[in-house]
Amino acid sequence: MTLSSLISWIQGAIIFGTVIMYGSIGETLTEKSGNLNLGVPGIMYLGGIASLASTFMYELNVPNPNPVICLILAMVSAFVASALGGLIYSFLTITLRANQNVTGLTLTIFGSGVANFFGGSLNKLAGGVGQISVPVTSSVFRTNIPGLSSMGAVGKIFFSYGFMAYLAIVIAIVSQYFLSKTKTGLNLRAVGENPATADAAGINVTRYKYLSTCIGAGISGMGGLFYVMDYIKGTWANDGSIEALGWLAVALVIFTNWKPKNAIWGSYLFGFCYWLYLYLPSSISTKLANWFGLAKTAHMQNLYNMIPYIVTIVVLVITSCRKNKKSQAPAALGLPYFREDR
Amino acid sequence: MNKNHEPLIRIAKRDAMVWWKAYLIRIVSVILALIVSAVVIFSITKLNPFAVYGSMYRGAFGTTGKTWNTIRDAMILLCISVGLAPAFKMRFWNIGAEGQILIGGLVTAACMMYFKSMPTVLLLIVMFVTSCIAGALWGLLPAIFKAKWNTNETLFTLMMNYVAIYLTSFFVDFWDKKQSHSVGIINLDTGKGWFPRLFGEQYILNVIIVVLLAAGMYFYLKISKHGYEIAVVGESENTARYAGINVKKVIIRTMLISGAICGIAGFVEVAGVSHTISTSTAGGRGFTAIIVAWLAKFNSLTMTLISFLLVFLDKGAAQIASDFNLNEYASEMVTGIILFFILGSEFFINYRLILRGKHKEVAAK
Amino acid sequence: MENVTKVFGSTVANNKVTLDIYSGEILSLLGENGSGKTTLMNMLSGIYYPDEGDIYVDGKKVAIRSPKDAFDLGIGMIHQHFKLIDVFTAAENVALGIDEKLNLKEVSARINEICEKYGFDVDPDQKVYDMSVSQKQTLEIVKVLYRGANILILDEPTAVLTPQETEKLFDVLRNMRADGKSIIIITHKLHEVLSISDRVSILRKGEYVGTVDTADATELSLTEMMVGKKVILNIDRPEPENPVKRLQIKNLSIKNSDGVNVLENINFDVFGGEILGIAGISGCGQKELLEAVAGLQNTCDGSSILYDSPDGESAIELIGKTPKQIHNLGIALSFVPEDRLGMGLVGSMGMSDNMMLKSYMDGHSFFLERKSPKKLAEKIKKELGVVTPGINTPVRKLSGGNVQKVLVGREIASAPAVLMTAYAVRGLDINTSYTIYHLLNEQKKKGVAVIYVGEDLDVLLAHADRILVLCDGKLNGIVDARNTTKEEVGLLMTKLQDGGEGK
Repeated sequence: MTLSSLISWIQGAIIFGTVIMYGSIGETLTEKSGNLNLGVPGIMYLGGIASLASTFMYELNVPNPNPVICLILAMVSAFVASALGGLIYSFLTITLRANQNVTGLTLTIFGSGVANFFGGSLNKLAGGVGQISVPVTSSVFRTNIPGLSSMGAVGKIFFSYGFMAYLAIVIAIVSQYFLSKTKTGLNLRAVGENPATADAAGINVTRYKYLSTCIGAGISGMGGLFYVMDYIKGTWANDGSIEALGWLAVALVIFTNWKPKNAIWGSYLFGFCYWLYLYLPSSISTKLANWFGLAKTAHMQNLYNMIPYIVTIVVLVITSCRKNKKSQAPAALGLPYFREDR
Repeated sequence: MNKNHEPLIRIAKRDAMVWWKAYLIRIVSVILALIVSAVVIFSITKLNPFAVYGSMYRGAFGTTGKTWNTIRDAMILLCISVGLAPAFKMRFWNIGAEGQILIGGLVTAACMMYFKSMPTVLLLIVMFVTSCIAGALWGLLPAIFKAKWNTNETLFTLMMNYVAIYLTSFFVDFWDKKQSHSVGIINLDTGKGWFPRLFGEQYILNVIIVVLLAAGMYFYLKISKHGYEIAVVGESENTARYAGINVKKVIIRTMLISGAICGIAGFVEVAGVSHTISTSTAGGRGFTAIIVAWLAKFNSLTMTLISFLLVFLDKGAAQIASDFNLNEYASEMVTGIILFFILGSEFFINYRLILRGKHKEVAAK
Repeated sequence: MENVTKVFGSTVANNKVTLDIYSGEILSLLGENGSGKTTLMNMLSGIYYPDEGDIYVDGKKVAIRSPKDAFDLGIGMIHQHFKLIDVFTAAENVALGIDEKLNLKEVSARINEICEKYGFDVDPDQKVYDMSVSQKQTLEIVKVLYRGANILILDEPTAVLTPQETEKLFDVLRNMRADGKSIIIITHKLHEVLSISDRVSILRKGEYVGTVDTADATELSLTEMMVGKKVILNIDRPEPENPVKRLQIKNLSIKNSDGVNVLENINFDVFGGEILGIAGISGCGQKELLEAVAGLQNTCDGSSILYDSPDGESAIELIGKTPKQIHNLGIALSFVPEDRLGMGLVGSMGMSDNMMLKSYMDGHSFFLERKSPKKLAEKIKKELGVVTPGINTPVRKLSGGNVQKVLVGREIASAPAVLMTAYAVRGLDINTSYTIYHLLNEQKKKGVAVIYVGEDLDVLLAHADRILVLCDGKLNGIVDARNTTKEEVGLLMTKLQDGGEGK
């Protein structure tokens, strides 16, 4: 394998990983409050379409779009739309006591419906599939650090990304710090572990659940934004790939053992797996492909893509077999909490 | 001082509600949802929502062909819901129907390709049996771990979906000699392994299979000993142990059945509808069916109604898309809104709100 | 506390209770199960809010609406069930819910300070799941002290401790008393009351009985105050007719999941045609004892429960068999568990479907046989006067008394050879209770071996033939119910006899 292909593998993995890193950090925060939100794919859809729709309309109607306004518009609309998705989920599960899993799945259906509906409409408005473009916004998100990115291999590996790739790492670190070192983080973890105890300690369980679910959803939505603006360069595709990425983000939460800091390398690792088929030394790939009787080495992609999910299953099984209490899965995950009238 | 103690609104569990009242609440929630959807549609498109709903009806039942398509799709959705019902009644969160359908469809497709020389009836039976086994195995794996180590089945089955998706994708590539990421229509020339037309209609066999399964599941859950065990395990494992039920055995057996029926759904879809296999063969219906089964409280009749409602929305929205130059995803949006409302309405069936004023005489002393 | 009343539904848990606590003293709160001790203390700690009456702290009238209010007033309670988060360290648990910036180092330092002052042994960085029961309890006390509590309430703190650990705890409590704290300790164990407290307050059936100085009290006088005068109950007690040995329980020992002995080396026989009452403070192993017979408990090696069937065949070992195997051997064991809707019945099912819970698998058909359960349901509904809209109404919707009638009715209908009941009349009104007593007597007359776990001593004395008393998981004596006194049983319940064997 040549250096240049290794570099582009790393770049591909990091860009891919950044999408699911946002998704999984947001979901980790949500799950730490005991809410298992299976609406992550829907939320990422909402984030993606909100940013695209708002900036598209802005760029369409303003002769000289201001990059800073584009940036703020995209991020705020993505965050707000995703957090609203989280709010729907919270209202139904926390206040109206609906089942978490069913509500989450419905949110996924709803989110992908809304996003693809508007995405399709935007496509039509722009004159056909793939014709949407938000050049100003997309270029803001894709601008890398001038100078550093041209510093040879190091520059390419570390400095060739839009700012959101770095923001993801910052958010991961901040979330980790928040969860393990701050008062609020400690309270939040208590809510997810044992809401009755948290309640007795004077913590407002409902408020924590609402806030962490909505903010978590907002962060997950950033994954959708990054996907739309950076990964597919500011356009829209109704191909269901955001949904697949959303479920991968849910898997990543388990894989990281509910620790945002692990999401940094975990998401890149998932990215490496995803692009494995392109960059695995061709001798190995060809041998494997022949062994499976495949016409094309590229078809091995399907088997490589399975790796993250299988690894996640293995992690899930091992943690449950060991029955160890050190596992970071919140003990009350997925369970409703109502302080019943005594 | 005491006034501050009592919260503004208290929530109390409601005693049994008369059945028609409960249904009234559900119907009201659907109507509210349709109104909200109408407002949304109107605000986006400025179209008359009634015209929109009218064309939805035409889309689903406008012609005989359209009606048959509606029935066909409702049957598949119902089949999956029937498969999920026993698992969910047991409170086993089988989010993995998507994968179980795909695996069932995958082996069906394989049979269609490899056993071309078999007599049609035998081939259909072989496809039926193998798809059953494949789906059952896909459901068995998480069940074993759940029974043995209480591994979280929600996440396990969810991951199994993607294993199935990439496995399907792998085989599609493996079979696809033109390298177009598609196997095309299998046996397009011979129609081998396709469901035969019965009574001159194309989808009669689909209906027969699914209706038999739905009826069978109705009786299985209602009057069989297995169904009784499922209900007891779902209610309380402690009670199940007290009654001498082998909880692990019930979990594994039920998931075998659940997976097998989802596998059959894949068989019906591949051999009876699309005659092809792709990663979108399940098309998210494994998730939708969870909501169908859950809302219907696992009753086959109610599941049929909800399946038709959702497929009606789907077909109707496709019609709107072509009539009004919108796009078909409007249906998913409307479906989502309606489901949110129905989910929310359950609260008002199970709980009642008590305003603070009613308890003043006690609180005030 | 003055004239404090708390009502739950139709039961009065505390009726006009007045209690004083001084600083620098240890007050014991004594009373039988269900006498309202815990409820009373929960009102001090902010879990419940009194329906009537006032609470004064340092002479000022206060309103305690939440645990937080209680903390602010310097009241802290250590509950029987620890409120700790397993995956957190000791320091994190202590810091939980306190309104100040999180600085675990500082918290640890203050924990160490508290430990030094009172002689605790807590490692601030240890995770709760690595702690023993007594360490967890210590942590709970530290947690309360950390919040600056001056009034500590301990709810049955010694129930989970070994004698050595109890001694250690008492030393700590004495240290705290010397420091000027007020301590309320809820307990059943008389010798502990006498050794630790300065004064004893006694509750009985929700009413305040009185307070005495410990120095003037003896075990006997306290028992008398606790159990009250003997109430004459009009329960029939037919003489047992030629009792036959039905169960032989030998060397029965059970450990719980923490590895603590809940039952230790229990030996006794059960006879057909008699009612064997089982008395004991709650949680002394009654539940485990019955579940072991029913095949629902893992027992220690060497335990044996032999069943002699009425038709005189050889004895059958029940240990190691599942409920289903026992059922299939044709052994008719009936069991009315304490948790009626969580174990004995399926709440979402109607009477009819509940009737076949233990018999549904009989016969070879794949399908359920619903006719006889339906008939049985109708019969029970009529004979026991179960009030329900219909036999298909989910039993969860029925009142407690009717639920119990359904459960007892089913268990009796299976023509048992052994009938075990746990707290069969708990929460029931007088009439329903008498219906249950009557049903049990009928079974006794039929030659059934009835085991009756009860909490009301008056009932046990009037209803049972023999009374077996458990104390701390040990058999503390078997007495003849006709010739014993309430005081004798009360003492057996609260004070372990030497060697663990009674008369």
